[in-house]
Amino acid sequence: MRNTAMNMVHKLAARDERVLYIGSDPGAGTLRAMSKEFPKRHLIEGISEAHIIGMSAGLAMEGFVPYVNTIATFLTRRCYEQVAVDLCLHNLPVRLIANGGGLVYAPLGPTHQAIEDIAIMRALPNMTVVCPCDADEAARLMEQTLDWTGPIYIRLGKGGDAIVSKAEHGFEIGKAILMRPPGDVLMVTTGIMLQRALAAADLLAAQGVRAGILHMHTVKPLDTEALLQAIRGTRLVATLEEHVPSGGLGSAVAETLIDRLGSGLPAMLRLSLPDRFMHNYGSQDSLLKKHGLSASAIATSIERALAASHTSSPQLHST
Amino acid sequence: MIQISPHAEAALTCTLDERSLYLRRLVLGSVRSAGRGHVGPALSLIEMVRVLYDDVLRIDPNNPRDPGRDRAILSKGHGCLALYALLADRGFFPLSELEGFCGPDSILGGHPEYGMVPGVEASTGALGHGLSIGVGLALAARMRERTYRTFVLLGDGEINEGSVWEAAMGAAKHGLDNLVALIDYNKLQSYGPTDYVLPLEPLADKWRSFGFAVQELNGHDVGALRTVLKQVPPVAGKPTAIICHTVKGKGLPAAESNADWHHKNKLTDSELDAIRVAVGDF
Repeated sequence: MRNTAMNMVHKLAARDERVLYIGSDPGAGTLRAMSKEFPKRHLIEGISEAHIIGMSAGLAMEGFVPYVNTIATFLTRRCYEQVAVDLCLHNLPVRLIANGGGLVYAPLGPTHQAIEDIAIMRALPNMTVVCPCDADEAARLMEQTLDWTGPIYIRLGKGGDAIVSKAEHGFEIGKAILMRPPGDVLMVTTGIMLQRALAAADLLAAQGVRAGILHMHTVKPLDTEALLQAIRGTRLVATLEEHVPSGGLGSAVAETLIDRLGSGLPAMLRLSLPDRFMHNYGSQDSLLKKHGLSASAIATSIERALAASHTSSPQLHST
Repeated sequence: MIQISPHAEAALTCTLDERSLYLRRLVLGSVRSAGRGHVGPALSLIEMVRVLYDDVLRIDPNNPRDPGRDRAILSKGHGCLALYALLADRGFFPLSELEGFCGPDSILGGHPEYGMVPGVEASTGALGHGLSIGVGLALAARMRERTYRTFVLLGDGEINEGSVWEAAMGAAKHGLDNLVALIDYNKLQSYGPTDYVLPLEPLADKWRSFGFAVQELNGHDVGALRTVLKQVPPVAGKPTAIICHTVKGKGLPAAESNADWHHKNKLTDSELDAIRVAVGDF
């Protein structure tokens, strides 16, 4: 996914002279081909994220479309005020390409694990937050970033994630994709939780549970209408995210349902990382498994929640 | 022992001409109307902003977004009263707006906002942002082969921020001789002396070692400011830092070098009388 997104920057640069790549201190050879073809538009500016965001704002004020790239934690925590003031307050078209969203950097420990990035980026007015699920979707997303108004936070996964997105579904920033029709449960996913949701849906189907999946690649702006449409007739809405429980996809979905439905809310299950820093290493997969986000654990949690909702909560919003 | 710069001594003793007093009356009129404002930080800036807007910047108040204009960013956004006075006086917006400072329907807030105030290039107020934005503007000029210059006004307390020094390294890396940083070195920040809060000396050496061509002057000396600012860049291939030795609260004896006048949210009758004595009726 990361290589695809990077290569798309090169491709966009070839098409549009406004496009700049701005890295802090990325891996050796990052976008080497672009650096040779467009040396003036391939900028490596050092481990100075606060400055890089401000500088990108200045370049965007003059009509450039900078694609700023570094590790997700440094692109969010380190320079939050610059992102808020220089980019969001001025509503400038700077694209933040965040390597290693979620637990990609599991072995490197909590300084490198972006577990609250969606929340803090989503909280900023004018910011768009997108979490593609695989390389193909990342490419479709990048195609749309040239002329989108305002800043975009792009949360990239590890790379090598199974390709599950489909060209026929198309891609539009802010438009969710219904991957499986709603059934007893609707799983709402973002980023690479889609792959796990698909596997969980198969496990649930084997148990006779019909599971729908709404892929919310764009967490902000959230596709409210698609969500309201997809929850009709379901007994449970389950959100899946590689993120702390505060402020991420689960929060966004819950807020939207409260705002739009008021009363008569569906039963909800928010599956996420816990509200704490990770002190285990291993791999992204092992940490997700440890925190109940393997396909089998997701399926089990949903079965339990469905059983509980069956006894305590009526079916809601059936059509 | 750090030697006191002769420019700093001159800043303390120099007198102000009628235009400088007039601009102070505009600033203090806003403060009186609003009952608040960053008084000291605006008064130390006035000659720097005056010379920029009167004599240096290639700007057109009737076309504030002219692509060929010089860019100026007030990175120490809390000094905005000085900027507002100059912009109003130069016709970017009516002088009557100054009376609405900080009012509910005013375009003029306690920190300047892009899109609200004609002539303001960037929203500032959070410190340590302006020089990086300036680097972006200057780099864009270089890449687009445009001739506009970028001037960034920084506070001395502001340059406590590490991001300023990140930006300085970036400016030097790109050899941005179309970028000028003006430092309002009044030696007094919100809490007290810069030497106490976070010592900056040797300040000129710092900027020099970061790759800037450095000049120092009395920041209330209109003639010296004109001479230096009309000859930028002094060194081709290097960004410029102009250290302007100033006096916080300059022109208002009660406020001069007095941290209590950094920000006021009310003014007593006796303080208003003191202002009248200093700058005349306003």
